[in-house]
Amino acid sequence: MSDVLAVADHRRGDLRDVSLELLTAGRELADASGGDLHAAVISGDTDGFAEKLNREGVDAIHTVDNGEEFNHDVYVQAVEALVTDLDAEFLVTPNSVNGLDYAPAVASRLGRPYVSDAVGLDYDDGTLEVTREMYGSKVETTVEVDDGPFVVSIRGAEWPAAGDIGDAEVSAFDVDIDEDAIRSTVNGFEEVGGGDVDISEADFLVSIGRGIEEEENIELIEELAEVTGATLSSSRPIVDNGWLPKNRQVGQSGKQVTPDVYLAIGISGAVQHVAGMKGAETIVAINTDPNAPIFDIADYGIVGDLFDVVPELIEAFGGDPPSV
Amino acid sequence: MKVLVTVKEVATVEDDFEISGTEIEDTYLDYDLNEWDDYAVEEGVQLAEAGDDVEVVAVTIGPERAEETIRMALAKGADRAVRVWDDAIEDVELLDVETKARLLGAVVEDEDPDLVLSGVQANDDSFGATGVALAEDVGFAWAAVVNALDTETVLDEGVASVHRELEGGVEELTDVELPAVLTIQTGINEPRYASLRGIRQAQSKEIKPQSLDDLGLDAGVVESSLDITAMYEPETESEAQYFEGDAGEQAGALADVLRDKGVVGE
Repeated sequence: MSDVLAVADHRRGDLRDVSLELLTAGRELADASGGDLHAAVISGDTDGFAEKLNREGVDAIHTVDNGEEFNHDVYVQAVEALVTDLDAEFLVTPNSVNGLDYAPAVASRLGRPYVSDAVGLDYDDGTLEVTREMYGSKVETTVEVDDGPFVVSIRGAEWPAAGDIGDAEVSAFDVDIDEDAIRSTVNGFEEVGGGDVDISEADFLVSIGRGIEEEENIELIEELAEVTGATLSSSRPIVDNGWLPKNRQVGQSGKQVTPDVYLAIGISGAVQHVAGMKGAETIVAINTDPNAPIFDIADYGIVGDLFDVVPELIEAFGGDPPSV
Repeated sequence: MKVLVTVKEVATVEDDFEISGTEIEDTYLDYDLNEWDDYAVEEGVQLAEAGDDVEVVAVTIGPERAEETIRMALAKGADRAVRVWDDAIEDVELLDVETKARLLGAVVEDEDPDLVLSGVQANDDSFGATGVALAEDVGFAWAAVVNALDTETVLDEGVASVHRELEGGVEELTDVELPAVLTIQTGINEPRYASLRGIRQAQSKEIKPQSLDDLGLDAGVVESSLDITAMYEPETESEAQYFEGDAGEQAGALADVLRDKGVVGE
């Protein structure tokens, strides 16, 4: 068989965007291999989700009712049963936090290699070519897998969402979940990152990354924010280091922001960060590395040392740069 | 109680580099402890400090050069280390998650830990999958992308109460039965710097070499149907307008743009 199974991602009642992108990636594989595209949705409001997944190009949708929220012990069992039952040649999952929590285990059970975080997929004559990045986006690689079934996860926002309404057949998939094999319990959720300021409301964000080097140097950027009336935000490492609170973090695990101007200072532009700020109207980047990925999405760029440029910028707005 | 921490020596690439075949030339690579594993080591050492009789064992798959990196884990407080290597491993790319999981799984069987801590991903190949595949292979429970762990319930109740860091500033509160593998996210703690005393003590701590034979594995374990066939620098898609000149001129041009956009409150 050469069928494709795409497993949707949802959380707290919402189907996540990557689910519809999976359908596009899955359809491409099905076209290349001559198979059908199956979508699966496990737990939660499966009927409601199935309706949203019913897009053109989807041949069948399988629902598995079991609890409200994601539990990897349930997913592993259900997905393995689906792959086996459908005799699927491709399993496509999202490279999301929950995808990371079950897909490697399913691959292991199937005895197949798992290739994660694909940004491109190409199937020809029994070989799957996966395009993925290495070394923090510095290089791209082609990874070849020469035998199916293939287990691959895709990066979000790399494929367009599947569009038009389809006419796939929706059916409940019957699987006996072994309750004894459920060894993790989800007790609830917590929103983090509240506090004194909401960076997602700001018109002008001045954002800092690893390039700031030391906690003491943040003073320089605070002065820039002060003199320009901007709001201070940051990439993940700054928050990981405890230099700024979590509510200042822009990115996949932090806040999504859409300011009029986003000034990225010493931020390389890792994909997780870009996911949180690419919606800004104007993006300006200051970085010493001319190859930093941040310049790929920037409207204006300065290749230079922030410790030279930022003091000049503060002075240009009539401020007095602190010596750092 | 025994805590096993998986650590990986990873290569970081200089800003300018050259690719030869499907590898980056070695002169452009620096080797260091994987960032995520640094947090995993710290979490293990904090458990040892909070509990009585907690042993922390670091395990790595790597050549002799990796001893320098694993000694950093020992200097930060791990009690001893295991280094898995073999001529048969030397010859492969070691890209397949399942291969790594099986090698580490053999060490888990041998050491019989209560808890395994593993970084969410490695900065080099970023598969983000070894910890979960390992858990599945050895029959442990697991949780991926953990950014908070309740030390007390681990030590007193044999349960890992964790926060999993989901997307968009939401955390999932989950309980996992031990024995378990937790994949550790950056920011869970503040990794310490090794003290001079720690570095000195690390010199006399054991790093046990383990070959495939020692682990009861045959060379077939490193066989994989996964292969890197091309490596290249991604084409730059930059359409940015660059400000040239010295820092003063660049800053002046940027200031004009910011004024023009009307975002600067003067």
